[in-house]
Amino acid sequence: MKKILLSSIIIIVGIVFIGRLSYLQIFSFSPNQVLEDPAIKAIYDYPERGYIYDRNGDLLVANQPAYDVMVIPREVKPLDTLEFCGLLGIEKEDFKKKLKKARVYSPRLPSVLVHQLSKEDYARLQEKMRKYQGFYIQKRSLRYYTTNSGANVLGYISEVNERDLARNPYYVQGELTGRTGIEKQYEEVLRGRKGVKYIQKDRFNRDIGPYKDGALDTLPQQGQEIRVTLDKDLQEYGELLMRGKRGGIVAIEPKSGEILTMISGPTYDPSLLVGRQRSRNYSRLHYDSISKPTWDRSILAEPSPGSPFKILNALVALEEGVINPSTTIRCYNGFYVGRTLRGCHCGGGLRTMNSGIYKSCNAYFAGTFRKIYDKFETTDQGMDVWEKHMKSFGLGDYLGYDLPTGRKGRIPGKEYYDRVYGDNRWSSSYIISNAIGQGEVAATPIQLANMTAAIANRGYYYTPHIIKQIGGKDISIPEFTKKKFTTISPEHFEPVIQGMAEVYTKGTAKWLQIPGIDIAGKTGTVENFTKIDGVRTQLTDHSVFVAFAPVNDPKIAIAVYIENGYYGSRYAGHIASLLIEKYTKGEISRKDLEKRMLEKTLEHEYAKPYSGEEFKINEYVW
Amino acid sequence: MNMSGNSIVKRIDWLTVLFFVLLVGIGWLNIYSSTFTEDNPNIFDLSQLYGKQMLYIGVSFIAIIVILALEANSYERFASIFYIISMVLLLGLFIFGKTIAGATSWYDLGVFNLQPSEFAKMATALALAKYLSDIQTDIKRWKDQLYAFLIILIPVVLVIPQPDPGSALVFFSLVFVMFREGLPLYHLGIALLAVLLFIFTLMFGTIWVAIGISLLIGIVFLFKRKTLKIPLIPLIVFFIIAIGFSLSVDLVFNKVFEQRHRDRFSLWLRLEKDPVKLAEIKKTIGYNTYQSEKAIESGGFFGKGFLEGTRTKGDFVPEQHTDYIFSTVGEEWGFLGTATVVILFTLMLLRLVYLSERQKNQFSRMYGYGVISILLIHYFINIGMVIGILPTIGIPLPFFSYGGSGLLGFTVLLFIFLRLDANRLNEWS
Repeated sequence: MKKILLSSIIIIVGIVFIGRLSYLQIFSFSPNQVLEDPAIKAIYDYPERGYIYDRNGDLLVANQPAYDVMVIPREVKPLDTLEFCGLLGIEKEDFKKKLKKARVYSPRLPSVLVHQLSKEDYARLQEKMRKYQGFYIQKRSLRYYTTNSGANVLGYISEVNERDLARNPYYVQGELTGRTGIEKQYEEVLRGRKGVKYIQKDRFNRDIGPYKDGALDTLPQQGQEIRVTLDKDLQEYGELLMRGKRGGIVAIEPKSGEILTMISGPTYDPSLLVGRQRSRNYSRLHYDSISKPTWDRSILAEPSPGSPFKILNALVALEEGVINPSTTIRCYNGFYVGRTLRGCHCGGGLRTMNSGIYKSCNAYFAGTFRKIYDKFETTDQGMDVWEKHMKSFGLGDYLGYDLPTGRKGRIPGKEYYDRVYGDNRWSSSYIISNAIGQGEVAATPIQLANMTAAIANRGYYYTPHIIKQIGGKDISIPEFTKKKFTTISPEHFEPVIQGMAEVYTKGTAKWLQIPGIDIAGKTGTVENFTKIDGVRTQLTDHSVFVAFAPVNDPKIAIAVYIENGYYGSRYAGHIASLLIEKYTKGEISRKDLEKRMLEKTLEHEYAKPYSGEEFKINEYVW
Repeated sequence: MNMSGNSIVKRIDWLTVLFFVLLVGIGWLNIYSSTFTEDNPNIFDLSQLYGKQMLYIGVSFIAIIVILALEANSYERFASIFYIISMVLLLGLFIFGKTIAGATSWYDLGVFNLQPSEFAKMATALALAKYLSDIQTDIKRWKDQLYAFLIILIPVVLVIPQPDPGSALVFFSLVFVMFREGLPLYHLGIALLAVLLFIFTLMFGTIWVAIGISLLIGIVFLFKRKTLKIPLIPLIVFFIIAIGFSLSVDLVFNKVFEQRHRDRFSLWLRLEKDPVKLAEIKKTIGYNTYQSEKAIESGGFFGKGFLEGTRTKGDFVPEQHTDYIFSTVGEEWGFLGTATVVILFTLMLLRLVYLSERQKNQFSRMYGYGVISILLIHYFINIGMVIGILPTIGIPLPFFSYGGSGLLGFTVLLFIFLRLDANRLNEWS
């Protein structure tokens, strides 16, 4: 025992050491430690972020330099604090506090002393900077907007957060990334790739030369400019008209699926989220839970579509052969569901499909809807067919457009009603509201615009998209260049479009005609409810309008949804009419119409639910 | 003299010399790497640490020749004198000592600083061997045990106030010589038990330790009672003493220890459960260990290559050329390098055990064991600390770490033994 004691200890120690070393060097080792290594510092070379142009080549988003005053506390020499503070435009106390904070963070590493100087301050400061040791000016690149429109669709950029860092190893603390809209969707294209230089450091953070003689260094890759499908003038004009109103507008070029404008009201000036006031503005916008300016209603609001949905029901009925354009249905100033009469504003009498559309007769489409279901033995079968047709218009599911957010809308199927009413405990009477676009159906404005484009194209659509060119080259994304056909045969569209055109000539929108242009459209008036102190309360109807023009060679299909705008031809109809004229003619001939839209606001409507008092809805004041 | 010179070349244990040369050589390469700057590539540049170490290697070589040239029995004869001189030198530090990095362990000799404790190790090993090998000494007698302990305790008492707890531990390691020579092993057993109890009490608390011991005793009592015939009473006494010891651990740890000691244990045994506080400890007192562990880890299996260690170049590991030299091996030579060094030390120590055991002369054997004990404790504590399995105790890695006194001390220590070994066949001459 005593002879082998030391030998055993020596061998055991050896085994323990080898074990620990293999744990450290073989099991814990991860080969890619260059960035974790405190001895190696990566210095990044950021390429300029790509510009964004509109469809006509007008600049929308560019970059502007911003100048941060940086300080390295260890290198600061005694200085004339008062003069320096004067130059920086800050208080002496503030200056001292910031300097102390920087020193606490690190005496050796640079900290920001003053964020984003204005160009004037920068010019004044620059020449005197040499006098102040330990301070220097760092240039940063910020977004610069040539327009005050399109905040939601363009999106904004902001510093990466912990989640971004965890999700994407490309980013480093303090870098910027697209947060919403186009900036987010085309982040990688716009951003480019930063270049990197690895520098060997010692523990005092001093450079002691390039790491591995620069073998791992990379050059920056420039961000690419993009051209989007938006029309700057139309976007700006639309937002002007939306002042004081809430809602969403989407216009699409039917021939290509290009999104001409995407408007959400209320909106904000995109420049608010740039520069020194950014965080204050951001909280103000973000926490406005009543008007929600950062909530993009054009792709996120899901109201019931209202009467424009009647057109689709007509198309389905024609396709299924349960009506033809001359089929007549009588309107009793309403229609009966069981013994209760549901109202209609069309005036009553015998309706054909044509007058059913342009007078927006509820009875006619309730009848049509029943006929579709009556064709089949069971409601389930009818439901399946109806659902299939509706979904072929891009409703009830994500459209697949190139923006980072969206909603499905809703085309209820049999599973939905089985869940609500119980298995087979419902019939077409239960779901009759869908005939007139009320009830369970729901669609986002972009889905309505796309549906309108499919009608304008007489049976097909292109997936709506926002990108037109990347780096000067037209996009060739098959998803956006392939026709998507609806399940309705092309010949059924003409009589329906005829009805839609007559909406303008003798129907619900005859005051909104544009001289010299044939328009086809459809009004919608959507009942809606909210909860006030837990009580379900009806609010003034939403105003909805879809239209395309010119009828025989459609250049624009548009959907306008105005919250609490009352009936369809009121706000939505006016705005749609003005936008179509603006886009097709370039200027507005009906100045009185324009003036009315620019002046009218709906703030009084939006204030009603918060007033705490009884209020009337659907008032006929105009 | 001429005759003995020839016979020494033949009889010296060349295998040990080879291990020695390899360790010193690898050590120097790593010192070179950890103190290297691009503008001074000359390896003999005396303004650079690696140049100085080269000089120390040369001095050590001269020392080897002198040691081998002297008569073998002179070491036994002068052992007491060496010991007394060493103790006087240690004592003299209290008056003439120079303080470097908080420890008054050096004499300033103008050209270089001498650390007498490095030589006291050798002298104590010699003195202990001499005392134990004396015909009148019987290790079984408690009085002789006491004298032997005294030989070890005097330098311990002298180095602790410097403060140099590392060297104190090294002197203590010489008890292994006594175990080899017949000191009953239960001493060691009790010491080991006390250390384990100390650690377990800190980690799990007295209650769990009590439960653990009860279980252990219960098992032994139930299954081995008949074969071992252990009476019940001593077991109970043992149990009570163990619990008492465990209870006193808490007291000593919280009342006698200072915060920095407690922090070291907190870090070592991962006692601190609050991650924020643990991170704080890691940054402050655990900084060296953390950095050296990271440097070793970043070397991976093959290492980053000679002079390519980024953490080494950046001087991230403090004291890297002295106590933390092994982290340079880890970063630049990877697992291959560290394993090679561990195996080299293991083989060398085992070879020394073999050499000691073949000595016919008791003095030589005991001195051999002294050499092994001293080298082993250095190697164990140093690498254990650098790879993060032992608490921080400043102690150099033999033959590796930068430092003239250290290198010279270890060389003299080893080669006196090799000289004795070479003489084992004609000890009567």
